[in-house]
Amino acid sequence: MMNMLSINIFQTWLEQTHGIWYVLVLAGIAAIYLGFFAVAGLMLVYLERRVAGYFQLRLGPNRVGPWGLLQTIADALKLVSKEIFVPKMADKLLYKAGYYIVIIAALLALAVIPFARQIQALDFNVGLFFISAVSSVGVLGILIGAWGSRNKYSLIGAMRSGLQMISYELSAGFAIIAVVLMSGTLKMTGIVEAQKHTWFLFQGHLPAIIAFMIFLISGTAETNRVPFDLVEGESELGAGFHTEYSGMGFAFFFLAEFINMFIIAALGATLFLGGWLAPFGITDGLPAQWLWGIIWFLLKVFVLIFLLMWFRWTFPRIRIDQLLTLEWKYLLPIGLVNTVIMAWMVWKDWLIHLG
Amino acid sequence: MTYFGKIFYGIKTLWTGMKVTGGYFFPNITRKKYVITRQYPDEPAVVFPRFKGEVVMWHNENNEHRCTGCQACEIACPNGSIEIIWKREVDPETGKKKKMLDQHIYHLSMCTMCSLCIQACPTNAIMWSTNFHNATYDRGLLTKVLNKPGSKLMAGVEE
Repeated sequence: MMNMLSINIFQTWLEQTHGIWYVLVLAGIAAIYLGFFAVAGLMLVYLERRVAGYFQLRLGPNRVGPWGLLQTIADALKLVSKEIFVPKMADKLLYKAGYYIVIIAALLALAVIPFARQIQALDFNVGLFFISAVSSVGVLGILIGAWGSRNKYSLIGAMRSGLQMISYELSAGFAIIAVVLMSGTLKMTGIVEAQKHTWFLFQGHLPAIIAFMIFLISGTAETNRVPFDLVEGESELGAGFHTEYSGMGFAFFFLAEFINMFIIAALGATLFLGGWLAPFGITDGLPAQWLWGIIWFLLKVFVLIFLLMWFRWTFPRIRIDQLLTLEWKYLLPIGLVNTVIMAWMVWKDWLIHLG
Repeated sequence: MTYFGKIFYGIKTLWTGMKVTGGYFFPNITRKKYVITRQYPDEPAVVFPRFKGEVVMWHNENNEHRCTGCQACEIACPNGSIEIIWKREVDPETGKKKKMLDQHIYHLSMCTMCSLCIQACPTNAIMWSTNFHNATYDRGLLTKVLNKPGSKLMAGVEE
């Protein structure tokens, strides 16, 4: 299937631009990732609506196809067939660039996530740093898309999004640093291999659990999901930054939002829950290790996504001052102290190593 | 409340909320059936008895109604959904001419379900039906004649 594409291949491809096989391999990988992007996005939308239904004593979509599985595909077809409306006074270039930047940021972050051993588009030594850098580029797309659509509601929503992203990046970073202190590397595969015997969530016991909670909270905030959905805030802002978008423009924002949720969950699974590793190594001796890796990885990601959905359909939206209080007065100081404690623990080797 | 007290209180209250919705999501654990959606075209719709679907006129098995044609409902109706066409005919018992109901016309398309006609009716001739299958392809079908053809006044209503 997909071979690991190291940074060297990319370099040589750039040097010898006529290497047709490199182009083909890259195109194939890009096609696989785009396909994954579309399918995972649609399935997550379906899952979200279905889970929301059960949380609210409803059934959710259950008419189109078996168990309503084709519902989101029908929705996507409807959105494709709709007119892409551009407001008269909009800045057309920025308006159209907005969703491309959001999607490219989501896809770039997807590139370094390891689905299984060697099933990863790009495994380079600063993978985690790359993810945290690229995931904050997405907010740029939101900002310029909202600025370009020349709508007050869009702009207010996008400003809130920027504010939220700047605030919560910090505590997400501290949660990631706590893991990096244990693993000693920023390489994604290295982080997973370091959890060979014990997942980081248990290896670092109390500080790791606190870091995990901080990571989940700030991850929810970074994906602009309830209870941090001030960006969209239906009751205040219409639809927030995508008020003026219709058809596929809206669909791209929507898909990117769900892919971002997948990325946060995948990052949480990789950093804290051992990525593709089986719990207690129960499937280690079996054939087709890459398949088992993908299965375990997606299972862990699904658990975290379900947790995020549980948050979404339980908690009410918080005010902007409560949002900032939570970040600057609670998460950030706790994250700082937590990082110091984690560094102390790693220095004294108070980590739990099973096996 | 102290700084850490607030944190633990916050976690506690969030967990309380998550327990409630979690109980909805995992009905097997809580051993209750929670999904209350009734899938209407497949399952029969259950309408509560006081549901205001449309105004109907009650007829007994001899095709007799209780409407005397007094027009109280027509006057009570705030937007003219009810029109009474009445006639003067000879009452066979007394031999005198008497005001009688010819057609009780009800425009469902205009009705706001305010119930004023039913409260105004002195003889309880009209009442609410729980029928809600009122959609038609022709607006004219929503204008209904409530008294059935050939029906007449039930004896003893006017006393």
